[in-house]
Amino acid sequence: MKDKIVHSDTEAGSDVKDNSRRNFLKQSALITAVALTPGVAVKAAESHVDERIAEAFEKMPLKMEVNGVAKTLMVEPRATLLDILREQLDLTGTKKGCDHGQCGACTVHIDGHRVNSCLTLGIMVNGKKVTTIEGLAKGENLHPMQEAFLKHDGFQCGYCTPGQIMSAVACIREGHANSELEIREYMSGNICRCGAYPNIVNAIQEVKEGGMPV
Amino acid sequence: MKQFQYLKAATQQGAIEAINKPGTKIIAGGTNLVDLMKRGVTAPDKLVDITHLPLKNIAATKTGLHIGALALNSTVSENGLVVAKQPLLAMALKAGASPQLRNMATVGGNLMQRTRCTYFYDTTMPCNKREPGTGCGAMEGYNRMHAIFGASPQCIAVNPSDMCVGLAALDAVVIVAGKKGERRIPINEFHRLPDDHPELDNHLAKDELIIGVEIPDNNFAKNSYYLKVRDRQSYAFALVSVAAGLDINGGTIRQARLAMGGVAHKPWRLFEAEKFLAGKPASEENFKQAAQIAMQGAKAYQYNSFKLKLAPASIVEALKHASGLV
Repeated sequence: MKDKIVHSDTEAGSDVKDNSRRNFLKQSALITAVALTPGVAVKAAESHVDERIAEAFEKMPLKMEVNGVAKTLMVEPRATLLDILREQLDLTGTKKGCDHGQCGACTVHIDGHRVNSCLTLGIMVNGKKVTTIEGLAKGENLHPMQEAFLKHDGFQCGYCTPGQIMSAVACIREGHANSELEIREYMSGNICRCGAYPNIVNAIQEVKEGGMPV
Repeated sequence: MKQFQYLKAATQQGAIEAINKPGTKIIAGGTNLVDLMKRGVTAPDKLVDITHLPLKNIAATKTGLHIGALALNSTVSENGLVVAKQPLLAMALKAGASPQLRNMATVGGNLMQRTRCTYFYDTTMPCNKREPGTGCGAMEGYNRMHAIFGASPQCIAVNPSDMCVGLAALDAVVIVAGKKGERRIPINEFHRLPDDHPELDNHLAKDELIIGVEIPDNNFAKNSYYLKVRDRQSYAFALVSVAAGLDINGGTIRQARLAMGGVAHKPWRLFEAEKFLAGKPASEENFKQAAQIAMQGAKAYQYNSFKLKLAPASIVEALKHASGLV
């Protein structure tokens, strides 16, 4: 049975590919699914190699609004919102840093509140509205916070920037950007390994003091 | 992460029935549980999502303040009633985690938060809490973050919560619901010391669900302070933290409440120091004596002996802030 699973028609190819982590995970997933699925499906899985059969039993429907667009997807319950955004919706602006809620690179807004998408199970976002960095600009016009980050050099390598900007927008909306000290405290969930903090604070202060709607 | 079955609890009763089955865990904010599942520290077969249950309310009662188990840490910390009546709780909550995590984490989840001991998290290391009987990696390991009170030969991990330290000082009561009905557990009897069963963090029964906490009214609001000492200014777990609440009348302490975080397997209430302070003037000299009393029985390990100095200094500092001496 194991051999059959490895040579699925979607990922057939070299040995290297078959031994990849992705394939290993798919095998594990299929084995688990077979143990839980009814006899008909087991028979199908044994007689046919297609792992999509297993997927049909593992996945659950997820409806959410992402950047103003309604999305209907099938997701594994264990898939995080971060992975769904990046892998299924190709919204790769949201970054995977630590993947454990320690760095803030994955910060998005759910129903207007900033959260770590890496610790959010996608299935639990059902019926909610998600905003990612891709949803901030209006057409060609950047969001004031994006403009301010450019003006103040609020980044060097840029990897933490989408999370910083999503957090910065929330920081002002929450009313926690009234002083440098307060901004630093309420931006502490976003780590910048380049150390662009002074410039990030400047950018946030400018947007806050400019009084532009965020 | 191991595959699991996701169930949504439509009613409190449904959730209680579901959790009684083996391999089942409750999920709310998920900030701790999803992390532990990603690392393979825990691998439930079923997750029961309770976030749709009506347990988010914050309301004044005849004798205190009721906070629903699903109220978010951020919501509670900024709630007008909490800030006015129990500012110590608001301060403790704001000292914990990051704004993003506080937007996800719930009061019930915070009560259930597991230790951040690195040996508990590292599945290649022995840990009696993660796998009973395998030993304690921290005992002879890098135990800088570990306990100085109430540890056992099986476990020297600490409870990482700030909220719980605030609740401990405020005599909060945890309200739980199970098959046999509701039960009220004083916060000091909710979490347990490791003893011979470090795998158990608390006294919650398998079929019980936390539905809320209640804080009795008190006179500590004017003289409260939460001091958290950590490796960086924000967004780090406590090396030592102190929750202090004083009821002061004309310079004399009528009642004191003190609890410490980062020093034990549970929020560590300083009963003897509180007794010493009752009826005495709010002075630095008395605070120093109270701190010495609080430190009796403390025991350090190879890398955390600094806590034997940091903890009493933190108690004095927190009391000075609470009483207005600073």
